[in-house]
Amino acid sequence: MFAIYKKEISSYFKTATGYIFLACALVISGFFFCMNTIMADKPTSDISSYFYIMVLLIVVLCPILTMRSFSEERKTKTEQLLLTSPVSIFSMVIGKFLSALTMFLIFLGITTIYYIPLFATVANGANSPNGAMLLGNMLALILVGMCFIAIGIFVSALTENMPAAYIITVAILLFLLLINAFNAYIGIEWIRVVLDWLSIYGRFNAFTHGIFDISALIYYLSITGVFLFLCERVFQMRRLG
Amino acid sequence: MVEIKNLVRRFGNKYAVDDISFEIQRGEIVGFLGPNGAGKSTTMNMITGYISPTSGAVTIDGKDIFDEPTEAKKKIGFLPEQPPLYMDMTVWEYLSFVFDLKGCDFNKKEHLNEVCELVKVNDVRDRLIKNLSKGYKQRVGIAGAIIGNPPVMIFDEPTVGLDPKQIIEIRNLIRGLGKKHTVILSSHILSEVQAICDRIIIINEGKIIADQKTTKLNAVLGQGNRFKVKVAGPYKEVQNLISKIHGVNKVTTDGVRDGDAYTFIVDHSASVDVRKMIFRSLAERAWPILALEGVEATLEELFVKFIDGKGGLE
Repeated sequence: MFAIYKKEISSYFKTATGYIFLACALVISGFFFCMNTIMADKPTSDISSYFYIMVLLIVVLCPILTMRSFSEERKTKTEQLLLTSPVSIFSMVIGKFLSALTMFLIFLGITTIYYIPLFATVANGANSPNGAMLLGNMLALILVGMCFIAIGIFVSALTENMPAAYIITVAILLFLLLINAFNAYIGIEWIRVVLDWLSIYGRFNAFTHGIFDISALIYYLSITGVFLFLCERVFQMRRLG
Repeated sequence: MVEIKNLVRRFGNKYAVDDISFEIQRGEIVGFLGPNGAGKSTTMNMITGYISPTSGAVTIDGKDIFDEPTEAKKKIGFLPEQPPLYMDMTVWEYLSFVFDLKGCDFNKKEHLNEVCELVKVNDVRDRLIKNLSKGYKQRVGIAGAIIGNPPVMIFDEPTVGLDPKQIIEIRNLIRGLGKKHTVILSSHILSEVQAICDRIIIINEGKIIADQKTTKLNAVLGQGNRFKVKVAGPYKEVQNLISKIHGVNKVTTDGVRDGDAYTFIVDHSASVDVRKMIFRSLAERAWPILALEGVEATLEELFVKFIDGKGGLE
């Protein structure tokens, strides 16, 4: 597993993928951060709208990390090396997952710089930034990112076409994200409950207010686990033909 | 060392591999021979655990590839039809990754040096794999397969697409590996497996049609009763003359003229050596023989022999 993890990380930086991801992510997130806080019409330290935008942002960014994951291995037939090596399929999936997650965490790590000017410029009285809220938002974003990466890796195992993997992943993520927006228009109670249950955005709320919601934590971790498991199944099924 | 029992693999309703069984002893070099699409790669992919069989079992040194995949895969080095190389890595990075992937527990640098030395990739070890020639890529693929010194090595068409010099080098390399390891290789070239392997398994349409020691197979092929003769003389008359000689069954020619000479392919019955007679009759007419060479049986003819049951199928 560690060998695959190491290889993936170095390949992120050897091909342009890692740089493209970091560059896009930092530029766009930096822009929205400024526009929503220190450079807003009324400068504020309220970061909740920034984090709402961030969730949308990672819908298009996370798939950049995962689209190559298995689809490229399959296209170049290098998956034959991985699948005939004494490594279990599951540890292969985990290695890929952790490497993409690491890239995501590097990105989030760099964004912490943003909060320095926030604390420095608007730290006065009632308008000072809320530390708990910030932590809650960060944690929520990491959890959502984990789900997205797991889904992306699962999709990349389904196709050998990288652009297809990217587009399908974005489509699935958007669907999961926006699902509760339809809720207001649906009259049937049980459909609303199901949609609500599936909604990733719906669970984001508590965290953004700085509340630690254990059920949401379990929900996100479960989604991650389910998709990584499904990804492993994809390989088992393909072996059987 | 390698035991295969009643292996079947179906794709849709086509049987790619249809109930094959054999056993390979330690230290044997075995050649899988068959035309494209015969099921060679499918069989190899099943032995290495890349795909699962529809039914049947594969055991590597006592470990079942499906029940104990990790243990069994540790004993195999595999070079697939298309070497699984990461184009954006250097040779050294790639081999080092394979080393880690296989979880080898000996000195990495020493071992990789040994392997590089053995497959002769030392001079390109710091180059990106995508910039290497096909021959070097193939060698890097072989290097990947032999990392960790697995007791069983499986090479799927290792010489396809290489130039003659590279083919000879790779063959020698494989023959060298065969001294210490069990080697299985596949090929659709008869002379290649004859040159490298101790034992040849011929498959066609997913079934084994022959499984014999190379020496024995050579004897079967030795009954080849065909040679090529190039004679300077009038085309029709020469053909007539040769075909009248006792023991000659058939004389064919492609009719291509080379100076004043034509090449004839002579089929004769096994009991008579007609070459002397041909020489004498042609000498009488003062039509000189410019060349005479045996024609080796082709894979297709070999098939015909075995399928007709004349090959002493065991």
